[in-house]
Amino acid sequence: MRSAIAGQVISQVVREWRTIARAPIDVANPLMFFFLGISLFAIGTGGEREGLAEIGPAVIWVLVLLANLLSLDTLFKRDHADGTLEQLLLLAQPVFVPVLGKVIVHWCFTGVMMTLLTPLSALVMNLTLDQTWILMLTLILGTPSLSLIGAIGAALTVGLRSGGVLLALVVLPLYLPVLIFGVSAAYLAGDGLAVTAQLYWLGAIAVLALTLAPFAVTQALAISVEQT
Amino acid sequence: MSTPPLLSANKLRCERDMRVLFKDLSFSVGAGECVELLGPNGSGKSTLLRALAGLYPDVEGEVSVAASMYVGHRNGLNVLLTPRENLQWYAGITGVGVTGIDAVLQRVGLYGFEDSACQRLSQGQQRRAGLAVLLLVDRPLWLLDEPLNALDTQGQALINDLLNEHCAANGAVFCATHQPLGEIATRSIVLGGG
Amino acid sequence: MTIKELWHRLGSPRWFYQMMGPWGTGLGVAAALLLITGTLWGLIIAPPDYQQGNSFRIIYVHVPTALVCQSAYIMMGVAGFLFLVWRMKLADMVVKVTVPFGMVMTALGLFTGSVWGAPTWGTWWEWDARTTSMLVLLFLYFGLYALRQAIPRAESAGRACALLALVGVINIPIIKYSVDWWLTLHQPATFTLTEAPSMPAEMWLPLLVNVIGVYCLMGAVVISSLRTEILRRECNTSWVREELMGEPA
Repeated sequence: MRSAIAGQVISQVVREWRTIARAPIDVANPLMFFFLGISLFAIGTGGEREGLAEIGPAVIWVLVLLANLLSLDTLFKRDHADGTLEQLLLLAQPVFVPVLGKVIVHWCFTGVMMTLLTPLSALVMNLTLDQTWILMLTLILGTPSLSLIGAIGAALTVGLRSGGVLLALVVLPLYLPVLIFGVSAAYLAGDGLAVTAQLYWLGAIAVLALTLAPFAVTQALAISVEQT
Repeated sequence: MSTPPLLSANKLRCERDMRVLFKDLSFSVGAGECVELLGPNGSGKSTLLRALAGLYPDVEGEVSVAASMYVGHRNGLNVLLTPRENLQWYAGITGVGVTGIDAVLQRVGLYGFEDSACQRLSQGQQRRAGLAVLLLVDRPLWLLDEPLNALDTQGQALINDLLNEHCAANGAVFCATHQPLGEIATRSIVLGGG
Repeated sequence: MTIKELWHRLGSPRWFYQMMGPWGTGLGVAAALLLITGTLWGLIIAPPDYQQGNSFRIIYVHVPTALVCQSAYIMMGVAGFLFLVWRMKLADMVVKVTVPFGMVMTALGLFTGSVWGAPTWGTWWEWDARTTSMLVLLFLYFGLYALRQAIPRAESAGRACALLALVGVINIPIIKYSVDWWLTLHQPATFTLTEAPSMPAEMWLPLLVNVIGVYCLMGAVVISSLRTEILRRECNTSWVREELMGEPA
């Protein structure tokens, strides 16, 4: 049983990996948007270094949220359109296992990538080294929740005409706690204060999301598939 | 025969957009049978099949369905991947071995194309690849929605053979189609005005 | 009647429609009486606040609306759970009809809060923890409303919204906690609503009357919109024709 489940996750992950290798633009676009958005903020505020450091952590986190949102649009779209999503729901036992595989790959190409890009963004936003480290730590702890919660919204809105904006309305309010804990940790670190509480909270939210979201995503996918 | 049918439906009723698609629909499909489902566009053939497969919950009535494979209008193929890669995915999520993939692809006439991305294949070849899943994941009941779509004469003959073999091996087929299957169909059910 | 029978009856829209008519009217009348009494009492009879003068009187509108919009969301989450697990049609309708009511009440709560803020805090908008949670609640209502509008099939829209309401209810405590914690840490509130120093009875009694009144209003609105919704969904059945036309089926 255990190896069967591992096999399911692996074959789903391999499939996602191959799909991304054939159409890398799907994952590259949100990352480019992420960097572009941060640069726009820096340019828009006149590049004044003190001011940038002040708003830096908030800008980076908000753009992580928005880039994540953009990437969610493509999470289930292709599978829904070509019919593989319904086959997944019919054939996988249990369904949430390959679904989790999909979300893990999504996280690798959004959360992890944006965390790795953070030193660059921090440079643009004139953050201190301490702040950068804490920011990366909160991102790596917070982004799994974004992918998991976001997948619920993506699953609910896949195949709907008004997908994009609707997804934002559904998902962004749910992202708020992650944003708050992530940003506040970076600010406190800038003042040289302890941020353990925030990190614990981000971890706790991630664990809660990991426990509940896969079931919600599965249910939401079934609801979307019944409409075709 | 005393064996229970692989598919039995009792008093099914389905309403969609305030319109009754079908009501009081009862039928069963036993092992070795190939039942075709006929009816004009919009008569509810696809909805019935999706309901039997478990993809559409808003049908009233009792249904009992054996382990089944469903192939709908869409082929269930990621067109960026090759037929082989698609079948590897199916093998992975269902837990059947990957060893049968080559034989299956050869059987549906995709030998030599197994490593080209599906989007480079013709519609008919994609349909073949989609139907190949039926052979890879061995389930007694096949629920098919217009399997002959996009297929040329050879392809249609191939499907005929596959259906025959499956029924001969004590499987069952329930197949929605707008062109009658001919002599391999043991029975027909007609929806809408029939 | 056993619990099980009651449960089955609650699942039947027809029973609900026929039994709940008087309840809707009754709650509506009670809401009207209570709200008129409480509001007049609060606005005219209650003494002015020793610090804020007469501007505090908006509390009689603000607090009840702010309370009821949170309760409405929780009710919706519970109904969503009932619908997803037991496929109770009535629960789906509860989720549907509560959204507009909750949205209006949240907006009203935010508006009155802002009007109150102008003389007391000296600003129309303050990123205070409570204000922010209310704003997020409004967004959660928006999401539910938009999702329902975007899905053409009523059955699917019901399931999707039930699921989203449930996810929202799980999130609300976390959102509330995070917002409280962040904004009070960030800028300590200079003025809190709940810890008003021992409000005298002549001030909180009318508030209590209005709070009860607004809950009665919620009951009345939900029940009457449920009955309309039931008629709309069951318009093909014989009992609805009988009910509306007075002719036996």
